[in-house]
Amino acid sequence: MSHPVNHGHVYTDYHPRWLRRRVSTYWWLEKPAYFAFILRELTCLPVAWFAIYLLLLIKALVDGPAAYAQFMAWSASPWMILVNVVSFVLLVFHAITFFVAAPQALVVHLGRTKVPGQLVLLGHYAAWIAASAAVVWLLVRA
Amino acid sequence: MADRIKLQVARYRPEQESEVTYDEFEVPCPKDWVVLDGLNHVKDRMDGTLAYRWSCRMGICGSCGMMVNGEPKLTCATFLSEYAPGPIRVEPLRNFPVIRDLIVDIGDFMRKLVTVKPWIVRDEERPLSAGEYRQTPQEMDEYKPYSMCINCMLCYSACPIYGLDPKFLGPAAIALAQRYNLDNRDQGSGERMEVLSEHEGIWGCTFVGECTKVCPKHVDPAGSIQRYKLTAALESMKSFFVPRGA
Repeated sequence: MSHPVNHGHVYTDYHPRWLRRRVSTYWWLEKPAYFAFILRELTCLPVAWFAIYLLLLIKALVDGPAAYAQFMAWSASPWMILVNVVSFVLLVFHAITFFVAAPQALVVHLGRTKVPGQLVLLGHYAAWIAASAAVVWLLVRA
Repeated sequence: MADRIKLQVARYRPEQESEVTYDEFEVPCPKDWVVLDGLNHVKDRMDGTLAYRWSCRMGICGSCGMMVNGEPKLTCATFLSEYAPGPIRVEPLRNFPVIRDLIVDIGDFMRKLVTVKPWIVRDEERPLSAGEYRQTPQEMDEYKPYSMCINCMLCYSACPIYGLDPKFLGPAAIALAQRYNLDNRDQGSGERMEVLSEHEGIWGCTFVGECTKVCPKHVDPAGSIQRYKLTAALESMKSFFVPRGA
């Protein structure tokens, strides 16, 4: 699908010189919606960070009590708390924007009727609450 | 309310200049005038050299799409009074090469559109004597929203991905492919998948969602693309676990 564009040509009636405008590197600052999109995409980094953090925790557990104590001390340092609090806020933003987008992508049919988007959204929140409750239950039981 | 409003109209005259310049026109602003009425007033009374496209002035033909104060709009459905006291900046649709003033080249979209075969594809046509292809209202509802597309290309203008990568198939072409994929009379989804599941097809989309917000016909191209991603992923899983011909 290539363009028959004649860039540096001199204008004649039969060789129109089209104007091609380049997209700015800072296009994502042009509209609040574009900025929200970039923010949503960037918030996948905190998701990755928590996955790495969990793996580090498991490694510390496997390596024995001394390594675990060291990991806990490291986690209690002010800058680690700051990183984790900021990451958590961004993670919640990621989850919520993901849920908001879900009904548009997921069209569910029950028999012949289409499930309304609001219900799909509610389903996501319900699953989130259920999963969180299960984790809390596990922690409290221990 | 002010009875006149200023239009800042983008001009590009390739025989004279190599960049966009802006001309200012003050036009009447009655409450029932749309931006297109303002442009027609300029063309008829003030500067006959102004070039722009329009036809039906009722949101059906899809010719009069332009950037109005930075947002892609159908100028026949955008009232001047909404922008009072002005000024209103009118520019050619973003992400397309400009031919002259407010006219952009739409060839790229037209070439892409045919690649998704936006028509009903049958493995074998039924003879006329077999009667019509019947469809229930529910079956029609599946694709009806996507069939409302008027090819105005506002969605391409709103899509930063298309701006950055002109090879991207784009919102309207994919929504129109889905219009036929979801039609129970159609059997061409396999053929369309080859084009749609390419990197420049659905996978180019990162779900910015602006195409859906600017669509004057509520087509929801962003939703159609995400839906199709799910279909394509399931199909490729199926072909992995169930070998061809099995």
